[in-house]
Parts: sequence; structure tokens; C-alpha cells
Amino acid sequence: MVKDQEFLKSKASYCLDLAKKMGATDASVTIGHSISETVNFRNKSLEASDRSDGLALSIETYLGKRRSSISSSNLLDENIKTLIEKCFETTKITPEDEFNSLPDKNLLAKQISSLNLYDETRFENDKKIKYLKDLEESASSDNQIINTESSFTENKSNFILANSDGFCDGYKTSSFSASCVTVAKDENSMERDYEFSSKRHLSDIKQATDLGKKAANQTIRKLSPKKIGSEKISIIFDKRISKGMLSVFASAISASAIARGTSFLKDKIDKQVFANSINVIDKPDIIKGMGSQNFDSEGVNSNTLQLIENGILKNYLIDTYNGKKLNLKSNGRSGGTTNLYFEKGNISFQDLMKKNSRSLYITETIGHGSNIVTGDYSVGATGFLVEDGEFKYPVNEITIAGNFKDMFKNIILANDLEFEYSVNSPTIMIEGMTVAGK
Amino acid sequence: MSNFFNKSDLTRQDADKIVSETLNNCDDGELYLEESKSESILLDDNKIKSSNYSSDLGFGFRAISNEVVAYSYSNEISKDSLKNSSENLKSTLKSIKGTYNHQIPKSNKKFYKDINPIEQKTLDSKLEVLNKVNDFLRKKDGSVKQVTASFAGEQKSIEIIRSGGEALTDVRPLIRFNVSVMLEKNGRKETGVFGIGGRQSYDDYLKNDNWKTVCEEAFRIASVNLESKPAPAGEMKVVLGPGWPAILIHEAIGHGLEGDFNRKKTSAFHDLMGKKVASEGVTIVDDGTIDNRRGSLTIDDEGTPTERTVLIENGILKNFMQDRHNARLMNTRSTGSGRRENYRHIVLPRMRNTMMLSGNQTQDEMIKSVDRGIFAVSFGGGQVDITSGKFVFNCTEAYEINNGKIGSPIKGATLIGDGPSILKEVSMVGNDMMLDPGIGTCGKAGQGVPVGVAQPSILIDKMTVGGTKL
Repeated sequence: MVKDQEFLKSKASYCLDLAKKMGATDASVTIGHSISETVNFRNKSLEASDRSDGLALSIETYLGKRRSSISSSNLLDENIKTLIEKCFETTKITPEDEFNSLPDKNLLAKQISSLNLYDETRFENDKKIKYLKDLEESASSDNQIINTESSFTENKSNFILANSDGFCDGYKTSSFSASCVTVAKDENSMERDYEFSSKRHLSDIKQATDLGKKAANQTIRKLSPKKIGSEKISIIFDKRISKGMLSVFASAISASAIARGTSFLKDKIDKQVFANSINVIDKPDIIKGMGSQNFDSEGVNSNTLQLIENGILKNYLIDTYNGKKLNLKSNGRSGGTTNLYFEKGNISFQDLMKKNSRSLYITETIGHGSNIVTGDYSVGATGFLVEDGEFKYPVNEITIAGNFKDMFKNIILANDLEFEYSVNSPTIMIEGMTVAGK
Repeated sequence: MSNFFNKSDLTRQDADKIVSETLNNCDDGELYLEESKSESILLDDNKIKSSNYSSDLGFGFRAISNEVVAYSYSNEISKDSLKNSSENLKSTLKSIKGTYNHQIPKSNKKFYKDINPIEQKTLDSKLEVLNKVNDFLRKKDGSVKQVTASFAGEQKSIEIIRSGGEALTDVRPLIRFNVSVMLEKNGRKETGVFGIGGRQSYDDYLKNDNWKTVCEEAFRIASVNLESKPAPAGEMKVVLGPGWPAILIHEAIGHGLEGDFNRKKTSAFHDLMGKKVASEGVTIVDDGTIDNRRGSLTIDDEGTPTERTVLIENGILKNFMQDRHNARLMNTRSTGSGRRENYRHIVLPRMRNTMMLSGNQTQDEMIKSVDRGIFAVSFGGGQVDITSGKFVFNCTEAYEINNGKIGSPIKGATLIGDGPSILKEVSMVGNDMMLDPGIGTCGKAGQGVPVGVAQPSILIDKMTVGGTKL
């Protein structure tokens, strides 16, 4: 069983009391407990089981404007005492920073509404095994599939966040995740692809057979890929890639990147950043949402933010420290976005595919090719050549490149948005990017 | 050395008994105990932004029978907690019986000292170096707009208890010092990053004001990039500089030669043992035994002493990297490559220091032989798709080559290639093998472990450069 609020609260107040007693002017503490159980399958038989049970503690102590932190997994009182002593000793010799402080009291979350983020259902390992058997049976039904690997993870967590201004709250969350990776082979090539489903509640997880089938189909269609020539071409990004662009956008508007001046979106508030049909929203209170939260990692209340309105940048993602530096109030985004999404566009997926007589559909990118300082983008890619709205043949060993400043302004959104993850995007098209191939 | 048995009601005798009784009917497995202490100190935006100290303690208990691995970890080292884990392992393996393999090779060699680098330098003197870095770079040039400098230090103590009570221990120090600088000139911003590190004390790396060399290098890379032009797009010749660019070897070849992917036949290399996979003159080793290197280990995380494993010899594929589990199932021996990020994770076969050995050509000869291509000197990260064999890495410092001469610097571009064929495109191997500065972290299955790479300059005849200029 995951530790209850009472246990976590008593440990948290022990830490805060101790820090105060030692002379800290302020302190904050986060304690979390998480239990997860994973079962792994390979080629229709059990491969591994993994159980983890972990406590984590982190404490920040302040002496005026001086601050330092410690973290540990050992919650024995004796150890906590040694660590807080060490932390406070470090605080004393750490230089002052005028922006160090606990969050403003009036911004702290006051009412916690239930977002239904915890499902107490226990999915025993035997049931996980049954699920994975069904999944792999379905994934391996085509004889081109030569290897299947799948896993099911059940996680239950609880946490408490407390600070010396009296904030003390936390809540339980759960997650259930199933994933499947398949390998397909033909006379020319061997390819791999995957599918996964991750939900707060067990009953929302995708059907095992659907998940397996989808992973297999996505792999088989990649067989016998060709390399194409280098050219300028319109690129359609599958949802699993387009959501990654939203994550790049989010890191470029984090208050820390803005305050440090290391973002290509610095000084762009109230300026056109995306095409004017685009809206980007971060919504923390979606019921059962994978990214939902009642407050951020500092206890600050988080409300829905319209980040992009008609293509115009309206808000940064602001935490207390960087907010003070920028002279802005925290908007409850210490720890980043919550449930981030593009509002859906108004063109269907089929129409997007047919928009150009020839385009490239990207299903996977590899490499760390997003530079948020310059906006430059260059990654390895895998996908399909599309002609007249149809997949013609699979393509690999190419790169796609551009600059986000131009790419964002040329995004066309399809209307196929679904809320599956904590970041969600419809399929998107960007015209005029460079592909490097042969 | 940590004593894991003075922390609660669990005695060594209890642990031995539970371990032996749990693993009795299994093929392999162990109790892995770990205590780590780590710190990170960051200067950013003219200030000490954070100083964090962390201590972590826990165990991971593993039982293996046939192909099934059962694993359970906890950060509570107690009799109850270990018994719970034991029950958990037994329930997974209840119907599968094995015969425990007691053999594990021994060695007295050590590749680093039992030090705690965190305690060997006072916090004050660490802060002083970081502030000096900031002042030095900001005074150096008006274009310096942002400086980030950091120290990261760690001491990890491990003990492995095998069935029958055999215990193996290791104490592993690790440090890293990193500087990043952002320049702005005529509205253009570029960053340069450089770092050093390994398994010694901070001062072994920072003596003789060596921090200045790190600053100069970060500044130089950023300055070069300020002048960079759009990179070309398409297939061309690529000259790689010595040292860190060997992450190409790590991504393109290394991962594909890890035992697990080959046992499962999901690696593009699984049926190429004994076959020619590289040009003649290409020899690649994975070596855990180089003194004080970031990727070196005295014993791996299963207790096997590490070694220098020849992967490719003169173009021929000779060995995969193995942990005990995959080695047993493939009927071979462990190469001391079993690693895990920490006690929360299962062991996987991983790289240590992966190196291409020197040939006898010079970098000059390579550049002169290229009509149109690029010269890549430094890289950011890379990634590989094991199954298709396609890999990428991102240039952070690169130049055009035109008619045998180095031309202007080019913007960060991704290079993409095919692992099983790329080494056949190597047409020259330099005489200038160099180790990387000690900064690599390799990710696999969500686990990061410190690694090293090395190579001489090499000429690759054909690779796709992912620029924007057609």
C-alpha cells in the first residue's frame, strides 16, 4: 500500500520544524511515495517482473535570500536530521540571490478539487499476464512479425508538499500503462515500431488486442523502405511527432529560458509566433488528465492558460524564482506545462493528406536536433512518401530540417485532436521544409 | 566503504540466508546494495543558482531462471523489506526452476581510488571556481551574454551478495565540470559547451587553472558558430575529428553489439558474427579498464571484473558485449558489461569506454582528398534505431570542405547513417586517436550510465548531412 497522507504529513512537519529550529528563515519540503509493478513479456511468454517501492524526500532551506537543497530516499529520522544540518550549513555559505523566496502566499492553492486522478483498482500480476498474452497474440498474428515485446505497469503514488508559510497538501495519483514493441522482417529489411496506452484509470486503457494489432500494423507498413532525394517538400507530422513540437514550444517559453535570454521566443509576448489560426492551451483541470494537477511543484494555484491566441504569444510558463526575475507573477507552472494542446484545426486528416500532390508523412524522428536558443531544427526521420493522399512507400535514412520560427508560422492543423497524453496535438502539416536524403 | 548492515534490523547473516534461500532454485541472481552521495552546484545568470546534495540508499534483489528475470527494489534496507522482495521474486518464478551458477571471475585490479570527491574540495572553493569562470568569460568579450558553469560529484558504494554468501564490493567516484557560454552578436545568438571529468577528485582535473582551458574551448565553439552558415543537405564525404566524435561509433555500432539485442535477434548485427562489418584497418574495442576514465569500472554491477573486449578486429565482427544473463542464454561468458543506473534498475549489457584504434593516416590527407564534404569536430547527442540500424548525431562544430580545403563553419546539422554499413564507408583511419574529455552519458531503456569514447580522425566516404541548403 502506498503511504497515506497522515504519514507523509507527519514526516513533512518533522522536517519543517527541524529546519526552523536550526535557524532557517523559511523551508519547503516534498515527500513522495510510489509503488509500481511491471510485467514484461517477449514472444508470448513471461520475460520479467519488476516491483519498485520508493520514498523520495527533498528539502529546501532558506536563510534570508540564501537557499540550498538536499534530497534523499532515506526517511529515517536520524538521517533526515543529518541531511537538514548539512543543507542548512550549505545554505549559510551559499551567496544571496535577491530572487530566492517561497511563493507569494496569496498565490498558493487554497481549494483542492478532485480531478479523479487516483484509481485504487489493483490489477494483479496474473491479470497483467493475461492482458499481455492477448496483446502479443494479436501483435504476432502476421508472420512478418518476428519479435514482440510488451509490458504492463501499474503505479500508485502519493505525495505531500509543505512549506513554512503553512502550505501543506498533496494527493494520490495512479497510472496504468501498456506498451508493445514489434519487429517485422522481410527480405530487404528489419523494422521496429510501437504503440502504447497510459491512463489514470484502468478501465480507460486500450484493449489489449487493439494495441497489439496497431503496433504490428505500424511496423509491417515500414518494411522495405527507400531513401529519397534531397528536396524542399511539405511535411505531414503524425500526432506522436507533432506533440513533440508543442514540447519544444513549451521549453522555449519557460520563464527560465526567457530570463536567461536563451530562447528564440524571448521578447515575443503579444507578437505573432504561430499562423493566426493557431491556439495553444495549457489546462490543468482536465478530469483524469495525465498532466492534471491541483497546484504546481511550489504549491502555486494553476489555472488554464491560453499560451497562443490567434497565433499571438500571450503567456510564458512562470515559476516563482524566474517570475521575480522577470517582474511577473508565477502562473503555477513551476515544473512546466500540465495538459498542453493545440486547439483542433478545421481540415480533415484526409484533406490534409491530399492538400499537396506529393508530401512526406513522418512517423518517427531520432536525435536531439531542436535548438531552443536559435530555433534551428534538424533530426533523422522515418515515414512515408504520400502521393495524391495515399501512402506510396516507406522512407528512411533521411533528415528533415528548418527553423521553428518559420515552421510555427506555417503550421496547418487537422481536426483530429484527441486527449490521450499530457501533450496532445492533431496531425499537422508544414510546407516548405528541407529533406536531406540521397 | 559503506556498511549496509548497521542501518536497521537486517544483519549480514540474515541477508545471506534470505539471498541463498531465494536463489537456491534459480539460474542466477544477487542482492545489490547501493549507497550514493552526490552533489550538484550550478552557477547561472551571474549567480549561484542552486546547490543540491543528495543521498540515496537502497537494494535491488534479482532472481533469474531460464529467460525470466524477476526484480524487486526498495529504499528501505530492513529484514521485512528484503523478505517482501524475496516473496515477490519467488511468486514470479514459482514454476521455473534453475541451477545456480556460483562461478564469477576474480581480479585484484582497481581502476580508480576509493575517494569521496565531494569531501575533497570545500564548498567555498567550488563556489570560488564557478565565480572565476563567470568573471573570466564575461570580461573576455562583450558578446558574452550568458554563462553557466557547474560541478557534479558523486561517490557510489556498492555491495553484491550472491547465493552462498559471496560478497563483492566497489567504491566509485565520479565528477564532472561543465561550462556553457552564450554569445550574441548582430542579433544572432549561439552557445558553446565544454566539460571535463572522470573518476578522480575535482582538483585532479582543475589543477594549473585548467578551468580556463574549459572556458576558452566553450567560448571558441560559440564564436565559431556565430559565423556559421546554413549546412548543406544531401549525401557527401564526412571527415570526423578525433576524440568525442566517436559517439558515432557508440551509436552506429556500439548499441547494436550489446548482447540483449542480439540474443533477441532485434539488432541489425545479430547474424553478422565473424563477418566483415567494417573496412580493413578498423578495430573497435570496448574497454572498462582504463585508469580513472568516466566509463571505467573495477567490477560491473553483477560483480564481474571489467575487461578490454575486442568488438571488431580489422573489419571483422569478433564479440558482443555481455552481462551474465544474456551470456548464459547465448552460451558464452560475461564481458563485464552488466550495468545499471542504480539499485532501482535491472542490469543490462552496456558500453564502457568504446574506442576505435589508430591507423596510420593524417587528418590533413583526409581533408585534402575531399572535393565536397564536411569536417565535423564536435557533437551533441546521438541516437540509434537498433533494428533498422539507422543512427543520427548532431554537429555542434563543423565546417564545409571545398576542393580539399576547410571552408566556413556550418550551422548545427544532424548526420544520419546506417550502422551495419557505415564502417564499410570508412576509407581512411587517422594516427591521432584521442579520448573524449569525460562527459558522456549513455541512455538505454530509461537508464543513464557514464561512458567514454575515443577515436582517431576518420574519413567516411558517404553520409547524409541534414542541413537546409540544397
